[in-house]
Amino acid sequence: MTEQKAVKGPAMAPHEAAGAVTGAQSLISSLECAGVENIFGIPGGTILPAYDPLYDSTIRHILVRHEQGAGHAAAGYATATGKVGVCMATSGPGATNLVTPIADAYMDSVPMVAVTGQVVASSIGTDAFQEADIRGITLPITKHSYLVTDADEIPRVIAEAFYIASTGRPGPVLVDVAKSAQQAMTTFNWPTELNLPGYRPVTRPHSKQIREATRLLLESRRPVLYVGGGVIRSRSSKELRMLAELTGIPVVTTLMARGAFPDSHPQHLGMPGMHGTVAAVAGLQKSDLIISLGARFDDRVTGNLDSFAPGAKVIHADIDPAEIGKNRVADVPIVGDCREVIADLIVALQAEQAQGNTGDYEGWVKFLAGVKSQYPLGYDAPAEGLAPQYVIERLGKIAGPESIYVAGVGQHQMWATHYVGYEHPNTWINSGGLGTMGFAVPAAMGAKVGRPDTTVWAIDGDGCFQMTNQELATCTIEGIPIKVAIINNESLGMVRQWQTLFYEGRYSNTDLQSKRIPDFVKLAEAYGAVGLSCDSPGDVDATINKAMEINDVPVVVDFRVERDAMVWPMVAAGTSNDEIKYARDLAPEFEEDDL
Amino acid sequence: MATTHTLSVLVENKPGVLARIAGLFSRRGFNIDSLAVGPTEHPEISRMTIVVGVEDSPLEQVTKQLNKLVEVIKIVELEDKESIERELLLVKVKADADTRGQVLDAVQLFRAKVVDVAPDAVTIEVIGNAAKLKDFLAVLEPFGIRELVQSGMVAIGRGSRSITERTLRPVPVAVPAAAAVISS
Repeated sequence: MTEQKAVKGPAMAPHEAAGAVTGAQSLISSLECAGVENIFGIPGGTILPAYDPLYDSTIRHILVRHEQGAGHAAAGYATATGKVGVCMATSGPGATNLVTPIADAYMDSVPMVAVTGQVVASSIGTDAFQEADIRGITLPITKHSYLVTDADEIPRVIAEAFYIASTGRPGPVLVDVAKSAQQAMTTFNWPTELNLPGYRPVTRPHSKQIREATRLLLESRRPVLYVGGGVIRSRSSKELRMLAELTGIPVVTTLMARGAFPDSHPQHLGMPGMHGTVAAVAGLQKSDLIISLGARFDDRVTGNLDSFAPGAKVIHADIDPAEIGKNRVADVPIVGDCREVIADLIVALQAEQAQGNTGDYEGWVKFLAGVKSQYPLGYDAPAEGLAPQYVIERLGKIAGPESIYVAGVGQHQMWATHYVGYEHPNTWINSGGLGTMGFAVPAAMGAKVGRPDTTVWAIDGDGCFQMTNQELATCTIEGIPIKVAIINNESLGMVRQWQTLFYEGRYSNTDLQSKRIPDFVKLAEAYGAVGLSCDSPGDVDATINKAMEINDVPVVVDFRVERDAMVWPMVAAGTSNDEIKYARDLAPEFEEDDL
Repeated sequence: MATTHTLSVLVENKPGVLARIAGLFSRRGFNIDSLAVGPTEHPEISRMTIVVGVEDSPLEQVTKQLNKLVEVIKIVELEDKESIERELLLVKVKADADTRGQVLDAVQLFRAKVVDVAPDAVTIEVIGNAAKLKDFLAVLEPFGIRELVQSGMVAIGRGSRSITERTLRPVPVAVPAAAAVISS
């Protein structure tokens, strides 16, 4: 991620070894030294020793209702703040409940440290009570993981875990600590240096590659900046905007990069991919040069790979060398931190401009502007009932671009990515890679803990909400006043949409009946939150405004929308991006003579 | 077409490293033909010789993914011609008074060694590259092979260069100040 300044020693006074302490105390002191301010977790048998010193710590522990909530909250916290999110759980079921959020954080490169208790060292491998090999279980979904059985190793392991989680391509690190190590006596010494011979992320791009990229940029006639989540994680939105405005090259932002470039910017074509805008899909598909910045050519972006952007050369910049050339061959691979890559490209292009060398993209920009105005995002309001897109559009307008929006997974997520209107990085938080239903409420809770002065809206589906809404209890009790907009179409909407399109409308097991059960208003009230309900377009603004006025407790709004709305545009799974449909059975026509 | 590549992988000698590597191969759908692991001249470093059958571009993914593992220090692909590759074979062959002489001839020809003798069988140890072991087994086949066990391949580059010498140089990183970690 960002280059770490080689600062010696921790900023806060190191907890020098004041004689013998327990491993548990060493663990908590280590977390304090690592700069942890908030932990989301639930205690249990094998992590119990750590919870005792935690009771006296400066760290705030937020007691969640389910470990999955702790994990997603840590991710929401990390994404909203850029800090490392921390969750804590006991062994066995506590740890396995973290598996989904860990996998989620791995897919979306979220810096996270998960601390779990493990059975006493002598019982490991005996199928002891609440024993699960969580390190083994999470091997393929963690950036790195530790099993600590020796109390003396705790400070070094915690220091390494935070370093690994937050540098390079960020990701989750699991630290599994045997109860016996927590109970053992040790001395606490926060390390000043780490020796990780196999971990040396490259952040500085190679100057030869920058020169080569610059050459391609100037030669190209139809370039596009393909911006991924790496731009958010490396905090390079400002640099991105400079690069875009310097060159005039059109920009697309992936689901993970929404907010990295202002939606209101004229060069922005929107989100590409399966549910991307026509202009963004065309911008990639018909380009002759893709400048990929912190993106990974995910199948949801490329559609059928063989027919993806057939005429394009690729400059692929990523901090993770393994992403380069994984799905699409790169003509110019650049390993490096996005911020440094973009900064170097700016310098190189400015030097060329000083010599009078600029790219000629005029025809291309005009063509895409035409596509964008001819095929804007839009929806037909239903004759009766409430359009979900309208609700989200109004929410974006009223809560504004300074608020944080956290989505679950499904139709509402796609509408939320399209219709809110993002202007700033880290204001859009969602589960992109793993697609975890139930992400929104706990992640919004974590975001609100990290950014307490910012309005945080969870835009959730009625299906998603029922997976993790128990964290509303946490929100009320801990004073975390998030706002939840349930886009209630009483269905597993995205699955239902596929059933409409590909299964002749045979709605097998997608009818949740959630306009009847549960009563979301009463459910909210049961959690000590305010429950509101809205089912007509005329009441939407008033309802949102009412929710905006409540800042002491969580608010849940049950937006009872019509169930047949579909997400458009759409590229059917496995087909070519050329097959994009603007609306059902409606393919856009491009006037390619303009190119 | 899939070809065979030999990778020498230096790893930190820590518990779980083998599981990590084996898991990576299976998760990413890469096939391991053979794997051998053992200590090196540095007690904190183990060396794995992994033989994979993949095309060139997946091979690049294999090495990149392996490199992402924190405990993997270095990966070197050993080219056939520039390296020495050896496997160990222990084979139990039927050999009675009539045939023992012929079996022992084969043993001599292949510079193998008899390590155990029973009235109706001998156990032979032979070291060599895959081709030699294959040829040797073909010669023994007619006598009747009762049992065999074979090691994974180990390999080392020719010449005086060492792939380990530079890897042990410590490259310490300063523990970032708490404030730097969380708000840079």
